[in-house]
Amino acid sequence: MNRPGHAPASRLKDGTGPGSPEAAALDATWSDPPGLLGWLAAVNHKSIARRFIVTTFCFFVAGGLLAVVMRLQLARPGSKLVGPDLYNQLFTMHGSTMMFLFAVPVMQAVAVYLVPLMLGTRSIAFPRLNAFAYWIFLFGGLMLYVVFVLGAGPDAGWFSYVPLAGPDYSPGKREDFWAQMITFTELSALLEAIVVITTVFKLRAPGMTLNRIPLFVWAMLVTAFMVLFAMPSVMLASTMLIMDRLVGSHFFNPAEGGDVVLWQHLFWFFGHPEVYLIFLPGLGFLSAMIPTFARRPIFGYTAMVLSLIATAFLAFGLWVHHMFAVNLPELGKSFFTAASMLIAIPSAVQIFCWLATLWGGKLDFKTPLLFVLGFFFILVLGGMTGIMLASVPLDLQVHDSYFVVAHLHYVLIGGAVFPLFGAFYYWYPKITGRLMSERLGRWNFWLFFIGFNVAFFPMHLLGLKGMPRRVYTYQAGLGWDAMNMVATIGALTIAMSVLLFIVNAARSLRHGAPAGANPWGAGTLEWATESPPPPCNFHAIPVVHGRDPLWEHPRPEAEGAQPAFTHVSGLAADTRELLATTVLDARPDLRLNFPDPTIWPFVSAVAVTALFIGSVFTPWAVVWGSIPIAIALTAWFWPDRAETSVHLSLERKP
Amino acid sequence: MMEALHDVLAPFGPQAAHVRELWLLTLAVCTVVFAAVLAALLFALLRAPRANAQSPPGLSDLGRPEPGKRRSVIAAVAASTLLLLALIAASIFTDRALARLSTEGALRLEVTAHQWWWEVRYVEPNVADSFITANEIHVPTGRPVIVTLKADDVIHSFWVPSLAGKKDLLPGRTTTMNFRADRDGVYRGQCAEFCGSQHALMAFFVVADPPERYAAWAAAQRRTASEPTESQPMRGREIFMRSSCAMCHAIDGTTAQAVRGPNLTHVASRGTLAAGALANTPEDLKRWIADPQQIKPGTYMPATRLAPEEMDALVGYLQTLR
Repeated sequence: MNRPGHAPASRLKDGTGPGSPEAAALDATWSDPPGLLGWLAAVNHKSIARRFIVTTFCFFVAGGLLAVVMRLQLARPGSKLVGPDLYNQLFTMHGSTMMFLFAVPVMQAVAVYLVPLMLGTRSIAFPRLNAFAYWIFLFGGLMLYVVFVLGAGPDAGWFSYVPLAGPDYSPGKREDFWAQMITFTELSALLEAIVVITTVFKLRAPGMTLNRIPLFVWAMLVTAFMVLFAMPSVMLASTMLIMDRLVGSHFFNPAEGGDVVLWQHLFWFFGHPEVYLIFLPGLGFLSAMIPTFARRPIFGYTAMVLSLIATAFLAFGLWVHHMFAVNLPELGKSFFTAASMLIAIPSAVQIFCWLATLWGGKLDFKTPLLFVLGFFFILVLGGMTGIMLASVPLDLQVHDSYFVVAHLHYVLIGGAVFPLFGAFYYWYPKITGRLMSERLGRWNFWLFFIGFNVAFFPMHLLGLKGMPRRVYTYQAGLGWDAMNMVATIGALTIAMSVLLFIVNAARSLRHGAPAGANPWGAGTLEWATESPPPPCNFHAIPVVHGRDPLWEHPRPEAEGAQPAFTHVSGLAADTRELLATTVLDARPDLRLNFPDPTIWPFVSAVAVTALFIGSVFTPWAVVWGSIPIAIALTAWFWPDRAETSVHLSLERKP
Repeated sequence: MMEALHDVLAPFGPQAAHVRELWLLTLAVCTVVFAAVLAALLFALLRAPRANAQSPPGLSDLGRPEPGKRRSVIAAVAASTLLLLALIAASIFTDRALARLSTEGALRLEVTAHQWWWEVRYVEPNVADSFITANEIHVPTGRPVIVTLKADDVIHSFWVPSLAGKKDLLPGRTTTMNFRADRDGVYRGQCAEFCGSQHALMAFFVVADPPERYAAWAAAQRRTASEPTESQPMRGREIFMRSSCAMCHAIDGTTAQAVRGPNLTHVASRGTLAAGALANTPEDLKRWIADPQQIKPGTYMPATRLAPEEMDALVGYLQTLR
């Protein structure tokens, strides 16, 4: 933490390597404060990101366990393991967890860790906002799980179609908690999007022009922009739902002039882009891992970036393919068919560019590359069934059947979870300083890959055989028994594989081989600093001359401990100073002072949570609950006199 | 239980048949593309030399563009685009063909979905000929059927895989769908949109009969319930009228005229009970009346406690409603 007592004249400047007094001062400046209060006050992007990643992974495990219970219930016809009430809660919680508490947040969590490192800067933009976003995400997710454990989990599906989720058919507080949790987690996503966009635009290392940004960062930038357009739609919908439920408005009540289809439009205008919010970061992971393990730069960088942007645009033009079975005008349906099919083209561009990269490379067969290859098989298959679902006549047959369950898991697990597991193996050394076991990694991959296909491939056939989704049981003799049993065995195999991953990650924390700065010989900037990185990320801010800076410079190992980088120096070492660069060509623009750690984002998040939980019970909570929030926010933004004097002194002495 | 078909790929009407053709075309195209991508991947893996983290990275494309790869990628993207355009065209033509199917001389039905059963009204030009049944739809083969779809409470979806695609039933809106059964048989259908706790047990059956058999069935359905003549069914009717049964169910030709539950005028002629949850046998009927929550937890039908002989009488009466 910055000590404002220092006289401005004796300020230390950065720019020397590890071990020097300047480096020690930098480490002290950028560290989080000690103690429990310090833990709650932390704003370092790496601390927040580590918590964020662990939290989202815990939700992933919880969501997976719910799925295992569901599969056990469906293993045999007429099973009495769980009744309809619990089963409906299970699939609602599974979907809500995986979509709202795992898939999008985990991508943002990884981005919070990696983006500043990949861009060669010391912090993420708006570090306090970043901490606040994490806390409200955590509280929102916990709220949902606490009510589930208390027996009041939501049970109208993660899509919560009205009027089933409305006041008349879902009495009680279940759907209120669900709606409030949605608003929470999506607020967190919006804030993280703003943080990422600002970081990418303003905090890149000097020389990292727009066409030298790593593709993962591009993917997260495009994702962040999509979040800004998609999330407000579902936040609006969930707010309308809670108003229908709490204060008796009639947005979705046809008897009073409301409309049940309005919900579906608002929900899917978010819900389909949501798929790409999960998929684009997955593509970013692949574009980071494939060049490293193919030992060559990515083929078609510009085409890759343009196809990411094209995917983002098209993703907003096809939400109606979730609603073909609702009575809609014919011409509209043809338009949405075309849009849904054509979005396959930018994805195809990406796949062909990766194939070209692999085609021209020398391959290093490590676990992350295995997950990449698993991605190819599963995602391409999921993409093919996606094309089938885009067609109106085919969709009217398979919509809301198990065919869709198979399709969406192929796309989401193939498109996001396989790249994500590869990414865990790939960046684990950067986070912990140690490598994960390759042998366990291979077991992890093969169990996952085989278990996945055993679990989900039969569901295509179940759908064609007429099995609808979201059923807690089915009768014997319909021809569904054997395939359901097979799917359950596959689900258990996946569970074993995830358990193996947890064992590997926990064991490697202590017993993994020390990684060094760049264990894979990769080319991007996050590998230029130690593993794990020091609190300030880089003791000297690197200057970038190409897309793969580490490959274009002499490799650090060859030169001893010091990477032979050109770098900029002269930022203060004993206060949080940062270099901002211009948006297009990353020329040094200005020196910024960053805020210090503070407890107030945490307190604000607690106050916001209190308001939201209170509002489930009485609308007055909105009035009284806003007072603590106002107090916490005022304290958060209150200018600190000592901090101000440091900023002023830095401005006077460049 | 009724043996019934419910398979997208085993069509018994023109709609489902059109969809199956489109499905086969799409499947063929997708299989070829999938195989091509995997073959390219496999080939790349086999031909690429092995390396490790120490191998120097190949930076060739910075100094030297890769025209061969560039051409291949452009060709692959162009081919994918053409195939997709072909599939879009096929999809739209199929859609148009479905919309053009003749509905001349169609039978008109009105299906209303309830949590968790189906009300079926046969709408005849002559109002006196209209009648109501539940959870079982009889249609004549070869004659198009126009179904008007309504929902009483939440959103449901009407789906008979062997005959046609699904269509949602929305509260506050009316939708329609058509189908035609070309061969006689029993086709299973079910609700496809999640509609609450008993979504899983909300099935129905479409029974396609030759026209003359259908006409006989319809004539029987139009009649009001026959008066029981034996003493046990007569006592059963009395129990029905004084217990809670009559507060939800209607039996035409009697004083029971409630509309909350399925119309029971010809309940004994149906193949199943409780929207396909049970076979229509006296034993299952007794179990259902005595404790519906055991069979469909959450259903709105309350349990009816009756002495065994009263239950026998009640079920005996219901068995006469053919």
